[in-house]
Amino acid sequence: MKKLMKGNEAIAEAAIQAGCRFFFGYPITPQNQIPEYMSKRMPEVGGCFLQSESEVAAINMVYGAGGAGARVMTSSSSPGISLKQEGISYIVGAEVPCVIVNMVRGGPGLGSIQPAQSDYYQSTRGGGHGDYRMCVLAPSSVQEAVDLTQEAFDIADRYRNPVMVLGDGLIGQMMEPVDMDLCKDRKPAEDLTEKTWAATGHVPTEEAPRAIINSLYIQPDVLEKHCQKLQAKYDAIEAAECRWQEEETEDAEIVIVAYGTTSRICRSAMRKLRQEGIRVGMIRPITLWPFPEAAIRSTLKTARQYLCVEMSMGQMIDDVRLAVNGERPVDFYGRTGGMVPTVTEIVDKVKAMYDNDDLHKAEKAFNDTVGAVGNAFNKLGQKIEKAVNNPELEQKAENFRKQASDVANRAASGLAKGMDAMASTLGKAFSSIFGGAQPEEPKSTETVDTPAENNEGGEQ
Amino acid sequence: MEKQFLIAGFGGQGVLLIGQLIAKAAMKQDYEVSWMPSYGPEMRGGEANCAVVVSDEPIGSPLVSEPPVLIAMNKPSLNKFMPMMPAGGVLLYNSSLIEDPELREDITVIPVPCNEIAEKLQNARTANMVMLGAIRQATDVVTEDSLIATLQDWLGEKKAHMLDINKQAIAEGAAVVNA
Repeated sequence: MKKLMKGNEAIAEAAIQAGCRFFFGYPITPQNQIPEYMSKRMPEVGGCFLQSESEVAAINMVYGAGGAGARVMTSSSSPGISLKQEGISYIVGAEVPCVIVNMVRGGPGLGSIQPAQSDYYQSTRGGGHGDYRMCVLAPSSVQEAVDLTQEAFDIADRYRNPVMVLGDGLIGQMMEPVDMDLCKDRKPAEDLTEKTWAATGHVPTEEAPRAIINSLYIQPDVLEKHCQKLQAKYDAIEAAECRWQEEETEDAEIVIVAYGTTSRICRSAMRKLRQEGIRVGMIRPITLWPFPEAAIRSTLKTARQYLCVEMSMGQMIDDVRLAVNGERPVDFYGRTGGMVPTVTEIVDKVKAMYDNDDLHKAEKAFNDTVGAVGNAFNKLGQKIEKAVNNPELEQKAENFRKQASDVANRAASGLAKGMDAMASTLGKAFSSIFGGAQPEEPKSTETVDTPAENNEGGEQ
Repeated sequence: MEKQFLIAGFGGQGVLLIGQLIAKAAMKQDYEVSWMPSYGPEMRGGEANCAVVVSDEPIGSPLVSEPPVLIAMNKPSLNKFMPMMPAGGVLLYNSSLIEDPELREDITVIPVPCNEIAEKLQNARTANMVMLGAIRQATDVVTEDSLIATLQDWLGEKKAHMLDINKQAIAEGAAVVNA
């Protein structure tokens, strides 16, 4: 049965249902409901909740519990996650699995307590030191936060690497229906084997030799080998764990790239824009690392422009640009400091991009030209009528009429050719958009090189 | 169908609860719903509001920046949010606490004397339920049955004796809209 739950509480319950039995944390808005919920629930399931003296202490407790093979989680928000970075780097170095939740708030510094996405660099580039990567999962709804939190434990165990669940104040505070029955008592993924590497105080055997949890490799050649081994894991993560969602990208001329909260707002904007006939689609990265580069590249066949929307000054846009690799323009819209973009802002931004596109400028110019020529003929017609109806100029009128008809014929012929030329250009442009689709050839087989004739018509 | 609500007042007036009950009742009717509170250094007497979206398709933005339906439980909320309403919107305001408001002419306005009615019912704490009844009646966002069932779930066994007075408050609120 569905239940209306806050993102923070749902994440905490999902972790418990995935077998998390240790939680260490230190309070900070907007994620306080996670430790609050854990403090109540952990004792009920025989687990351990501990409010540490600091974030640094909490992450090192995570290091310890994870090193002993337990499913363990910590949560915090931006400034607190900064404090945890040293520990995260050690945990990666020692190959200890754990889950870290970051409910991002505005920064830098203590910043604000409102939602933000300005920790993208920190989470995807490694906020701590050393050659490392961390899988980053970015939910955009409370249900997805539940699903991804549970998957995070599997991914962490699979690669013996920390996994981050990256939400923001909105995902944490919002209530949405979730089906907690579906995630009840979730067992670890079937491919996961016993943690024989864990330091449990066991008697060393052939299958489970003496366990050492360590990130210090003082000899550079040994450390290099270790880093190469870690890199092989990152390659495996990139190959197997990349997740994304595509929405209406099949014919999208403008492709939005947005994750988490902003993707929700972009979805509303897309509905409005589609109603107005603008073909806009969206790629929503679910894993921020590994980044769904291939998914973005697959939209190149229809996309003429990309728009990256973030609650930051522009961080993920780097990854979008790397994916697009200079083949299309990549534009950006962002709000920051805890401000959330509105649907109207995104609609306006996309419309401006649409109008600024050379193709649509040409379309507009074509329509304007046709209109202007029509007007000119209308005026000419009026003049002719006036002249013809003037009795004093009756003699001249006959000649004038002949001339005018000649002008009209030639102008019409010139215009027709001009229109063919425009149609052909537009046809080519559309065919480039639709890729494989058969472009509509203009019916006329006449050559389109007609400026001389046009001039001739106009000179009269 | 997508209905958006912004419910605002001061902390302690039960504005977050109004929103939650609408969201839960709509969820009972298999709608997609979202409830998003303003959060931060809030306290009793400070500003509080929540955005509720009810839809028959997955909800995009859970935020309501141009509220088609605004519920203002006090004057600061009215002053702050009424200018953001689109033309043709519906405003329900607590006329017990908001005297002589300057109202827009391009929206539908429904004054609801929440506190007066609650006092008449001899339970001042039901003022928010009076408004909830008015909202349901004016917007038809959820059925009466599902709202009452939701209220019953929320009160639970411990507070089951409070069901009648709350139902009464909801009915009185609905009567204001019908009048």
